Amino acid sequence: MAGSTSIQPIAELLADRYMAQHAGPAVEVQGGGSSAGIRAALSGAAEIGMSSRQLKPEETGLKEYLMARDAIALIVHPGNPVRSLTKEQVRGIFSGRVQRWEAVGGRSGAITFITREEGSGTRGAFEELVMGKETEIAPDGIVQDSTGAARAIVATDPDAIAYISLGMVTPEVAAIALDGVQPTHESATDGTYALTRPFLLLTKGEPTPKARAFLDFVVTPESQATIAEEGYIPVKPAGRGSGA
Amino acid sequence: MKTKEWLIEKTLLLMALSAVAMLALIAIFVFIEGTPIMAREGLGHFLLGRKWAPTKGSFGIFPMIVGSVWVTIGALVIAGPLGLACAVFLVEIAPRKVADIVRPAIQLLAGIPSVVYGFVGIVVLVPLIREHLGGPGLSVLAASIILGVMVLPTVISISQDALEAVPRTYKEGALALGCTHWQAITRVILPAARPGITVAIVLGLGRAIGETMAVIMVVGNAVKVPAGLLDPARTLTSNIALEMAYAGGDHREALFATGVVLFMFIMLLNSLAALRFGRRRPSP
Repeated sequence: MAGSTSIQPIAELLADRYMAQHAGPAVEVQGGGSSAGIRAALSGAAEIGMSSRQLKPEETGLKEYLMARDAIALIVHPGNPVRSLTKEQVRGIFSGRVQRWEAVGGRSGAITFITREEGSGTRGAFEELVMGKETEIAPDGIVQDSTGAARAIVATDPDAIAYISLGMVTPEVAAIALDGVQPTHESATDGTYALTRPFLLLTKGEPTPKARAFLDFVVTPESQATIAEEGYIPVKPAGRGSGA
Repeated sequence: MKTKEWLIEKTLLLMALSAVAMLALIAIFVFIEGTPIMAREGLGHFLLGRKWAPTKGSFGIFPMIVGSVWVTIGALVIAGPLGLACAVFLVEIAPRKVADIVRPAIQLLAGIPSVVYGFVGIVVLVPLIREHLGGPGLSVLAASIILGVMVLPTVISISQDALEAVPRTYKEGALALGCTHWQAITRVILPAARPGITVAIVLGLGRAIGETMAVIMVVGNAVKVPAGLLDPARTLTSNIALEMAYAGGDHREALFATGVVLFMFIMLLNSLAALRFGRRRPSP
């Protein structure tokens, strides 16, 4: 299996568990990003593709299996007094219309916003959930190619804001509320926090028996409990296999 | 015995050719992958376009070209004088004991992985720039400083060779005519070594423009033409490295085309260096 670097850590963990319990062929997990995962599944390079964003209309021919959901948190420096933004304000910041912290209730200062590179699943999900169809992320924002780098900058820059996976938020940065809802495991699970994205496993047509066995393993109660422990949102077994 | 010699010679020739063949293969591959989109988009649009939104069909790499040029010039402004001064010191002034310590230290500088430079940049340099000079810290200036340090070993060691290649008689003649040591350095040795020093600078430029990892970490990667030293920018190399993992279709081709442009830049610099190398022997 190959694809999203956001899914990769949890997929590796589950693959290890799976291999410990089942004899037989090994499960190999590779990164590469959501788009690469979708391509790998389509081309047959990977038996299972991993995507941390919804498929685009033109990406057809794949069966989707929902493995978990993940919340995207907006993070700022812990010293930044702003602790809540509306979706509209966030859209303003990342589209370049809002450039000063005082315009969104903060202290005086220019906003440095940090985005991810084109093609990143996290960016894709953020564009879809926050920016919408009409607004684009402004090209003059800082671009970093990993969650870690984005977090490191926010941890040292009092004027920075970035978006990262909720599971990756550490105490060096502060996750802020969106439309008044603090991103937590609970608010993301019950759906009150709006910024969540699916972790999808993809197969081209019917999965091979080997892939089928792993896909079944991922939605067992034990695996789903592991997913919850790692900070992601488990899915109920009923919610899987939505089909392409 | 004869056949054995023949065999060894031919094997060595084959190995030497394989290195050239690899270069040719890479060049051919990059050009085949990269040129179609340049033709489709129009070379002018591609090179001078200011909008880069590859997933939405805009492929303008002008901001990246400007970014690369700025960062590279910045690196040379730092590494040029510093490197030359260091080479002059090592060759002409330093006592042996000092030179024996400084020389290996400089070689060590060349051995540090670029990701370590980038890490130091993001943790130490970027916050310093942000606090004392303003802006987001991730900037042309940060990348220039990091790159300047990274190309120092190249500039120093080649300038050193150039200085050492100046015949001793030149210096002795100058001293005999009553020059001080400093006058001999500035009036005789440096002018005589100038072609070699130019080569050092040009090869340093080549190394700076091709560096990727450290630059990605500190330059900010924003797709816009930087308005000043404190603005973030994106270089040609960081554009390729950032997006290649995800890219497909036209996007991927556009990244290869970025590679073609980078290739041209480096070819140009290296042929410039080769030209100067030809005239390396100091003329009286």
